[in-house]
Amino acid sequence: MEEEYDVIVLGTGLTECVLSGVFSVEGKKVLHVDRNDYYGGESASLNLTQLYRKFRDGAEPPAEFGRDRDYNVDLIPKFMMANEELVRVLTHTDVTRYLEFKQVDGSYVYRDGRISKVPSNEFEAVSTPLVGLFEKRRLKKFLEFVQKWKDDDPSTHQGVDLDRMQAIDMFKKFGLEAGTQDFIGHAMALYTDDEFLYSPAREMYDRIILYVSSVARYGKSPYIYPMYGLGELPQGFARLSAIYGGTYMLDKPVDEILYDDNGKFRGIRSGEECAYAKMVVGDPSYFPDKVKPVGRVIRAICLLEKPIPQTGDLSSVQIIIPQKQLGRKHDIYIACVSSTHSVCAKGYYLAIVSTVVETDIPEKEILPALKLLGPITEKFVSVSNVTVPLEDGTTDNVYISKSYDASSHFVSIYQDIRDIYKRATGKELVIKRRPRQEEEQATLGSA
Amino acid sequence: MSASPETSATLTAKPIQVKLVLLGEAAVGKSSLVLRFSSNEFQDNKEPTIGAAFVTQKCRLEDKVIKFEIWDTAGQERFYSLAPMYYRNAHAAVVVFDVTRASSLERAKSWVKELQRQANLNVVIALVGNKLDLVRPSSTGVETAGEEEVTSPEQGETEAEDMNPDKSPSSESGSEGAESANVEYRPRQVTTEEGEAYAAEAGLLYFETSAKTGEGVQQVFIEIAKKLPTDQILSKSQRTASAGLNSGSVNVNLVNESGFGRSGQGNTADGTANAGNGCAC
Repeated sequence: MEEEYDVIVLGTGLTECVLSGVFSVEGKKVLHVDRNDYYGGESASLNLTQLYRKFRDGAEPPAEFGRDRDYNVDLIPKFMMANEELVRVLTHTDVTRYLEFKQVDGSYVYRDGRISKVPSNEFEAVSTPLVGLFEKRRLKKFLEFVQKWKDDDPSTHQGVDLDRMQAIDMFKKFGLEAGTQDFIGHAMALYTDDEFLYSPAREMYDRIILYVSSVARYGKSPYIYPMYGLGELPQGFARLSAIYGGTYMLDKPVDEILYDDNGKFRGIRSGEECAYAKMVVGDPSYFPDKVKPVGRVIRAICLLEKPIPQTGDLSSVQIIIPQKQLGRKHDIYIACVSSTHSVCAKGYYLAIVSTVVETDIPEKEILPALKLLGPITEKFVSVSNVTVPLEDGTTDNVYISKSYDASSHFVSIYQDIRDIYKRATGKELVIKRRPRQEEEQATLGSA
Repeated sequence: MSASPETSATLTAKPIQVKLVLLGEAAVGKSSLVLRFSSNEFQDNKEPTIGAAFVTQKCRLEDKVIKFEIWDTAGQERFYSLAPMYYRNAHAAVVVFDVTRASSLERAKSWVKELQRQANLNVVIALVGNKLDLVRPSSTGVETAGEEEVTSPEQGETEAEDMNPDKSPSSESGSEGAESANVEYRPRQVTTEEGEAYAAEAGLLYFETSAKTGEGVQQVFIEIAKKLPTDQILSKSQRTASAGLNSGSVNVNLVNESGFGRSGQGNTADGTANAGNGCAC
C-alpha cells in the first residue's frame, strides 16, 4: 500500500467503480479501497447474512428463506433504461461481457386506487384504461408529435419551441388533462416532483424520447435488470479497472485522509500504512465533514411470496405512484424483481418501495405503496440522508460523489460520473469503444 | 481463425461454451498456465495481461468441441478482493498452488471452500500444483499427468506470475519474485501424496504442472473437459438462446442490440489469438 498512485478511489459504489475503470483504462495508476468486505458500498447487493448483519444486528436469517447464496438483495432500487447512457458505457467498455440482463416485464402507474400499464406509444395510448375516450385522441396526438419531432425540420414543430415553451404550456397546447400530464411527467418522463412543469419542455421531451425508445428496444418495458442484482454493475467495472492494472483492497478501513500544508489531498492512512496520490474520488461516507444533507430517502425492502397483485403475475415490474395521487410532493416507486433474476430463493419476490421523505414519520408515508404489495413476509426499512459535496473538489483535489437519489434509473448517477470526471480532469468524459481483444492480443504478441 | 469463429467451429459440432476461472495465491503461475495452454508459450517475468477480459481456447474431445472461456483474476485476489461475480456461473475452476510453497496450498484450500460455498453446485474443480520445474528432478514426486510437449526451458529468471508485478504495493508477492530470481531449484514443500490426499478428500481433480516447460498443462484442461457435464451445459445454453419473447422474463443481449456485431451471452466474444495449437486430443 505504501506507494504513490495517480488516483485513490474510496468506496466501491457504482459511481466510484465506473470512474476507477475509466481512469485505469486511461493508464492511470489506481488504488481502489473499500472499508467493507464486499463490493458495491451503498449500491451493493447483499446476501441474507449480510442483510441481517446490516438490518437485524447480525441475527440468524430464518432457515425457510433458503440458502444464503441465492440472495442478492439490492440496497438501492433501480432499473436501467435500455437506451440510457450507462448502457452504452457498459457495451463500449465490454463490461457487458460479465453481465447478463433481463428485461423488466412491465411498467405500471397508479391512478385512482388501481394500477395500469403505462402507454408508451400512440397505439397503446388508444387502449389504455388510464384516460377517457376523448383524452385518448389527445394523448395519441401528443405522442405522435413527440416521436415525429426533428430539430432541423420546422414542419414537425407545430409552432412549439422546446427551448422556450414550458412543459405545462406544451401540455395545454395539446389540451391534456391534469391526470394525463401527471402520468406523462411522472411515469414516462420520470420526474419525481412537479417542478418540471415550469421549465422549458426540452428536457421533458428528451426524457419521453428516452422512455419511448427504451421501450421500443425490447418491448415490454423500458427497463432492463442484471441477473444477480445491481451489485454486479460495480463489480463489473471494478474488474475492468483491475484488468487495466487497478489495485483492489476490500475490508480496508480508511483511518485518516491526509492533506498537505495547502489543504490539498495528499493520501490516506489505514492503520500504520499510507498511500499517496494527487487526487481522491470517493463516496460521501469517507468525507463526512465535506458533504451536506439535502434530503432523506426512505427505502423498504420487502420479501414477498407472491407477485404484486394487479400486475398479472409478472416476475419483475415497476410501479410509480405519482405524488398527486397521494397528496404528496414526491412520487413513490415500487421496483419488484424475483428469483427469475437470481436475487432471492425460488418462489420469492423482492419489492423495494422508495421515496423522498417529506414528514417526521417516513414509514407512514409509504403505507399506501406497501398496501399494494399484498402480504409481506419480511421487511427491512432504512432512511438515509441524500448528501452532496460542499465543494466541487478543484481546490483540494477531493472529488466526492453524490449519494444515490430516489430516482428509478441511472441517469442522475451517470450525470454525476461525468461531472466528477470533468472536474477532476478538466476534460469531457468520452467513452470510446474498447479495441477488440484480438487487436490487443496482436499488440501483445508483437511487443 | 479469429475472423469467422462460427464457421470454423462448425467443422464438427457447435462448440460447448465453458466458463473456467483461475484461482490461487498471487505468483503461483495462474496466467502462465493459461498462456501455456492457449498459446503454448511461456514468458519469464510475464507482462501483465492488460486489457484481456478472458481468453478463449478450444479443445476437441471425441465428437465434442469445448470452448474454454478462461478468466484470470486480474490481480484482485492479491488483497482478497475478488468479486463474487468472478466465479458466478463458472463450470470449472482451476485452483493453483506452488509446490515449493506450502502456504500457497493452504490458500488454495480456502479458495476451494469459497467455491463450494458460492459457485455452481456441479462446478468441476481441479487442484493444480505448479512450478514443477523449480523442483530438483530427483525430488519430483510421482508423475500423474502425462507429459505432453516438453519445450526446452530457458534458463534465467523464474516466472513471476503477477498480473501487475510492477504495481504490487505489498511486500508478499514482490519479494517472492525477487527472491526466486537467483535461485535455480527450491525444495518441494508439498508432496504429490499430500496434494492428492487433499484433492481426493475434497472431491477435486489433481494435477502437477510446469507452465514453464509445459509439463502436464494440457492434461489439466483435457481432464476437466472429460469431467464436465457437457450435455447439461449445452441444453442450458440452448434454453437461454431460444427463450422467446413470451417466456416470462426475457434475456436481453446488449451487445448484439447495439450493433457492435459481437454477442454477449450464448456465444461470447471469440477473443483468442494464437488458437492454432489447441488440445491435440
